[in-house]
Amino acid sequence: MSRFLPRALMAPAVVTLFAWMIVPLVMTIYFSLIHYNLNQPGEHGFVGLENFRYFITDPDFWPSVLQTLELLGWVIVITVVMGVGLALLINEPFPGQGIVRVLLISPFFVMPTVNALLWKHMMMNPIYGVLGRVWTFFGATPVDWMTDWPLLSVIIILAWQWLPFACLIFITSLQSLDREQMEAARMDGATKLHQFWYLTLPHLGRSIAVVVMIEMIFLMSVFAEIFTTTSGGPGNASTNLAFLIYKQALMSFDVGVASAGALFAVVLANIAAVFLIRMVGKNLD
Amino acid sequence: MKKKAPFPLVRTIASWFIALLLFFPLFWLGITAFKTEGQAIAGHLFFSPTLASFVEVQARSDYLHYAFNSLITSVVSTVLGLLIAAPAAYSMAFFRTKKTRDILMWMLSTKMMPAVGALVPIYVMAQTTGMLDSLPALIIVFTLSNLPIMVWMLYSAFKEVPNDILEAVRLDGATVWDEFRHAILPLTMGGIASTGLLCLVLAWNEAFWSLNLTSANAGTLAALIAQYSSPEGLFWAKLSAASLLAIAPIIVFGWFSQKQLVQGLTFGAVK
Repeated sequence: MSRFLPRALMAPAVVTLFAWMIVPLVMTIYFSLIHYNLNQPGEHGFVGLENFRYFITDPDFWPSVLQTLELLGWVIVITVVMGVGLALLINEPFPGQGIVRVLLISPFFVMPTVNALLWKHMMMNPIYGVLGRVWTFFGATPVDWMTDWPLLSVIIILAWQWLPFACLIFITSLQSLDREQMEAARMDGATKLHQFWYLTLPHLGRSIAVVVMIEMIFLMSVFAEIFTTTSGGPGNASTNLAFLIYKQALMSFDVGVASAGALFAVVLANIAAVFLIRMVGKNLD
Repeated sequence: MKKKAPFPLVRTIASWFIALLLFFPLFWLGITAFKTEGQAIAGHLFFSPTLASFVEVQARSDYLHYAFNSLITSVVSTVLGLLIAAPAAYSMAFFRTKKTRDILMWMLSTKMMPAVGALVPIYVMAQTTGMLDSLPALIIVFTLSNLPIMVWMLYSAFKEVPNDILEAVRLDGATVWDEFRHAILPLTMGGIASTGLLCLVLAWNEAFWSLNLTSANAGTLAALIAQYSSPEGLFWAKLSAASLLAIAPIIVFGWFSQKQLVQGLTFGAVK
């Protein structure tokens, strides 16, 4: 029993996930080697690595790789730094703590399409948007966010959405901070900064690792937020790898090239996964 | 002399200020939904509310149809996911081998692959099996894409069950099912609940597959909103009304379940 049962219990999850991974992967590899354009009916001839060459030499390719990483990096930095700050701020009891928590957590439940449209139109519209009005109120020239700062706009939108998640995890983690240790440090004359640096931050280490990991998983392939706001533009200014592949597949109808691009994304994801396992994997046991 | 804790007034004001600032976009969305299109553009804080936009959204794109799709896909995919993930997590937590961590990491790595990479194959498969724009297709995709997270969360929860309890139960000659039902289930109910809650939220809010695999028939609320994305004259009030209708159920649900949800959200990171 002890040999067979654990495997049998694991089988459904492992088998379905394996199929979910391998079947599309094999099909993608196959598509990436043939000429397959939905707009050009006819035979799907073998073209070798032509699709890969085409995808890499696309002038949008390197910018989109770079923007994928920029997006990932900035959102993670912003949410972790602000998340820790906010968690420290609201950790101690104060009047209305419960309501503040509920308000803070709310953006996490908003679906990406709503989030994106809300910011694009009602917040960031240069004329009627709230930010524009605030800028005007202070005598500044309103910013046309989606046109002039497309990538930054997407970063702001994503950071707003992920901040509650990071903050919540840090709050939960702070609750198990050893208070006696803190008290002892204070008695010994440790400054606030020292307490934070030598006690609080190490304590938060594991939860920071988890936040980075989860956000990486979801932000590597951000799509809806870009699709509904800037559509990757202007030009390619806010195109990430996921959106570039989408453009090839469903806007240029070139399945072959899109599949070659998808394989790049898979490779990138695997590099990130190896990196992640090194960094946070050991924290999971 | 012992130093007094910092005066809570500053902390209180700062906390409230930041919380209100971060919540403001949603507040704005909420009040814009009750404005006329003209008032929406004018952007005043005070106005006489109207339900016109809600009426128009329902008339134009049958909100209830999309809401029903969202509800069915998220509930069914969550239940299905729990049924598949729980045995796997149980096996990983209680029959741990050297490979357990590798398997878990492999599962998580499947989640890291951009969905867009699998879009064409999945689309082609859905098309050839006639499942394009159908609820079962969405349910399968949601279940599978949430599965790694579910296994991870449940594994973290099961791992916390003390070993001596398990040994005591096993000595009594309980079967695996008894052990699960009478010992593990009651002890890990919180973790299981929060896993389910998170997956419900993720599935309700899922946009990529809903946008690409569905249209009028199986569209979810996330896809419905995208219809209001292209400017057509004045549309902010309608957009807000549709958005509010789409997010209100899950936000209210989230408010009530947040304590429970947070408990498992830490993925075993907090001891």
